[in-house]
Amino acid sequence: MTFLRQLLRSFLPFLVGLPLLFAFHEALRASGSQAYTLLLTTVGVNVILAVSLNVVNGATGQFSLGHAGFMAVGAYTSAKITLALAGLQLSFLPVALSDQLFFALALAAAMAVAGLAGVLVGLPSLRLRGDYLAIVTLGFGEIIRSVIENMKSLGQATGLSGLPLRTNLVWVGAGALATVVMARRLSVSTQGRALFAIREDEVAAEAMGVDTTGYKVRAFVISAAYAGLAGALISHAILLATPRMFTFVRSIEVVVMIVLGGLGSITGSVLSAVVLTLGLEALREFQAYRMVVYAALLIALMLLRPQGIFGTHELWDLKLFKRGGRKPTAAGGPGAAGGPAAPGAAGAGGTP
Amino acid sequence: MRLSRALALTTLTILAAACEKRTSVAETILIGHVGSLTGSEASFGTSTENGIRLAIEDINAKGGIKGKRVAAKTYDDQGKPEEAAVAATRLITQDKVTVLLGEVASSRSLAMAPIADANQVPQISPTSTNPRVTKDGDKTRPYVFRVCFIDAFQATVMAKFARESLKLERVAILRDVGSDYSVGLADFFSKKFEELGGTIVSDQSFKSGDQDFKAQLTTIKGKSPEMIYTTGYYTDVALLARQARELGIKVPLGGGDGWDSAKLFEIAQGALDGSYFSNHYSDENPDPRIQSFVKRYREKFGGTPDSMAALGYDAAHVAFDAMARAPDLSGPAIAAALAATKDFPGVAGVITIDADHNAVKSAVVLKIEKNKARYVTTINP
Amino acid sequence: MTEFLQHLVNGLSVGTIYALVALGYTMVYGVLKLINFAHGDVYMVGAFAGYYLSDLVGVRPPWADPPPGAGETFVKATIVTMGSMIICGLLGYLIERFAYRPLRHQARLTALITAIGVSFLLEFGFQLSPLVRSPIEFPPGPSPRVFPALLARDGYEVLGVNLSNYDIIGLLVALGLMLGLQWIVYRTRFGTAMRAVSFDSQVAGLMGIPVNRIISWTFVLGSALAAAAGIINAVSRPRIEPLFGLMAGLKAFVAAVLGGIGSVPGAMVGGLVLGLAEEYVAGYTDSSYRDAIAFTVLILVLLVRPAGLFGRLTVEKV
Repeated sequence: MTFLRQLLRSFLPFLVGLPLLFAFHEALRASGSQAYTLLLTTVGVNVILAVSLNVVNGATGQFSLGHAGFMAVGAYTSAKITLALAGLQLSFLPVALSDQLFFALALAAAMAVAGLAGVLVGLPSLRLRGDYLAIVTLGFGEIIRSVIENMKSLGQATGLSGLPLRTNLVWVGAGALATVVMARRLSVSTQGRALFAIREDEVAAEAMGVDTTGYKVRAFVISAAYAGLAGALISHAILLATPRMFTFVRSIEVVVMIVLGGLGSITGSVLSAVVLTLGLEALREFQAYRMVVYAALLIALMLLRPQGIFGTHELWDLKLFKRGGRKPTAAGGPGAAGGPAAPGAAGAGGTP
Repeated sequence: MRLSRALALTTLTILAAACEKRTSVAETILIGHVGSLTGSEASFGTSTENGIRLAIEDINAKGGIKGKRVAAKTYDDQGKPEEAAVAATRLITQDKVTVLLGEVASSRSLAMAPIADANQVPQISPTSTNPRVTKDGDKTRPYVFRVCFIDAFQATVMAKFARESLKLERVAILRDVGSDYSVGLADFFSKKFEELGGTIVSDQSFKSGDQDFKAQLTTIKGKSPEMIYTTGYYTDVALLARQARELGIKVPLGGGDGWDSAKLFEIAQGALDGSYFSNHYSDENPDPRIQSFVKRYREKFGGTPDSMAALGYDAAHVAFDAMARAPDLSGPAIAAALAATKDFPGVAGVITIDADHNAVKSAVVLKIEKNKARYVTTINP
Repeated sequence: MTEFLQHLVNGLSVGTIYALVALGYTMVYGVLKLINFAHGDVYMVGAFAGYYLSDLVGVRPPWADPPPGAGETFVKATIVTMGSMIICGLLGYLIERFAYRPLRHQARLTALITAIGVSFLLEFGFQLSPLVRSPIEFPPGPSPRVFPALLARDGYEVLGVNLSNYDIIGLLVALGLMLGLQWIVYRTRFGTAMRAVSFDSQVAGLMGIPVNRIISWTFVLGSALAAAAGIINAVSRPRIEPLFGLMAGLKAFVAAVLGGIGSVPGAMVGGLVLGLAEEYVAGYTDSSYRDAIAFTVLILVLLVRPAGLFGRLTVEKV
């Protein structure tokens, strides 16, 4: 019975969400206005990126700077597959449905391959802590980009163009929903508890019998797989996969999102991904001043609310929703949100 | 509670920024431009933007098109393909632009092209040289055009010139691995040059923004080439040339239209003397059209226009010309007029649009002497 | 052999710059455990400060209007370098005071985001087209500018290896600054205080050490070093633009981590090792994989020595 209930918890959001997404998608198409499709796609993709990075940076307290690299792996994997299958069609299905089926296949492959890359990056985390891990993940992202730029079969600097349009709001919405459900289910599971334990105190967690290395690598794999999904979705929305889309600046943007939303807070990540993406779009009128305004806002927001919009709390922890409130999922306070602060600082010490 | 205050603040900022003015479309024709005004290629995007603004001043001074004034709306894409796609969508769907200009780099033009096609708004790229920009698989994209050469033509020009006029045997290549323009040019050059019987002795690469090129140059020096064909933009080439001379490399350098800028000579300070590059035009050309463009650009923006500015100017004028010829200002009509462009006198060459929507025009080869580019020869397609 | 030696000279010349910038990273990290993301941009501001200052003292490129004054002298070069170091020191102080200090007791990642904010602010701020046109054009805008030669360049050819006084001066200045820093850290009261803050800032405060002032001075010192690096780099590679600190900063950060972040000799060695590694990789293997190979080397080194070359791995106690 508990099993059934848990299953329902995982699937209920989809049962409710998917019809809504379909309805929204159709309504938007019926209205003939495609103006916001691409914008909403980028919003959704950023939500996926932020929530998935939060699994590593927020929940586990490892500092990863290589999210764009995983995106690239996912984007190129799926692009290769859709390009290869572009002319094919499953004879027993209508064209559109067959295409979407192939796209689902491509998305799954993107997640799988990106997850594999996640193992590769997760492995050094067996030995490295804090900023050392950060630099390794960053290096990994750059290596992936460098390899793509040199591979003739991946189109070098131009990348793969002429992809078929497969991403629609239903896919993006479902992807974002899946990421959020994954993160939420994770945080209340054994795995999630173990990750929180690693974040709070890795040594203590290990002493309590938590298989820290295993959990850390798994966190990396999960996070990477969803980043791969995001990469696949965005590349099939703008019909292009090029190394320029996956620079380390992109990774930094995602880190900004999760810190601004509150490290470890799922709703925080979602909210800040939406706010930052739409905000930047709204600032577009400012032309070259846009990024200056953005930077100033970033500093101001961080100074005003250092723990991020939500801290480690969730939307449903707000007093507004719950009088008296239950205990937040993890202890707040500076140490908790610090991520790599606690273990990393000690490990990397030494005199200047 | 501070949380709610922070939330309110963010919402307020977004709302404040979201309040935008709607321009009335009735009396003006709105041209959209997507360019990188910030980011690592801001230098190029700004030049193009200046060229376009100059062209708009021109046309309005002449009374506009079909009695309507022309205005431009520019969005910055920070040099990111996704941003270029979003910006193009916004220009088309919200600002309702008649024609879309941009982008400088092929990878960003490629992100915009499907959007232009899907919405039937003609897009003219000033400087995207990758053949795939105007192609969707095998067929030509109906609404995407360009006013520059494609990589293959320009590289062939230089390969022929190096092999046949300069009689060179051994050439080394130094390419910018992060730029599709540079990679494309280098690939076509080495293919053509070897076809003509020459040898590529070394093929090295750098990344734009690098500060030091001496590692690659030292290796190239060891291979003793007779020319180094380096296909980057002027921002890198000038520094690279200095470092080549500092290492005692005396052979000429060769390059493409990405070299064309006064900054090249300013930074290189004579290091490029004796080098050759292919370009769309020579600013020595006494043609009054070119001279007045150079003069007015200098007055308005300070500094000599680079090829990005000239091509931005041309792209805008080609668009105006097509709009004037088109029976109405709908996308299909303008696209048809654009495709029929023939012998249009731009500052960067006489442009004819071919069946693949590429500009067919002659290239000039320039030689750098005493820190100035001198005209050597014209090569017709 | 000649080629090998030439690569050595080139690599040292680049490595010097990485090392100087890495010193700033390492010092700040030592006292605050903060990756000062804006450090690469301070390096960029240093070069631009030098650009404007040299215009002020009359060192101008030959085509400039008005034409150059008496030209370059050693004194003027020193004035420009010192001036730029002071300006950047001040900038470092301001960044610390207003962007980092309010967040000192918050999570470290919080300060990282403001660091990124400051970095964006400097980069994109400098990319704006000039608002002030006279007496100087500021901000400088996106197109690259030429840094005037503060000293005349003398090229030498020894055993077929080309080197110049720039390379030698750069290396000497860097070594001098590093030795000076080492002296400050280990032989002065300020250095002792700095190490105490690094060890445990709370206890250091209780012992009567003015923690805030020590941290401010650390930022000032680090930023001044970045400015020196900016000038040395700009003199020998005279193209400056608002984004050129981004990659240099990243590389320097890598160098600092490679050497063991928090360690002064480590940053120096890390910088030189990274410079040489890149040089030899680009010279002897496929140069298009340069960045990839440099990062692979870094990852391998870190896997063998998880705290960098000179870092000490402290045992965690519970």
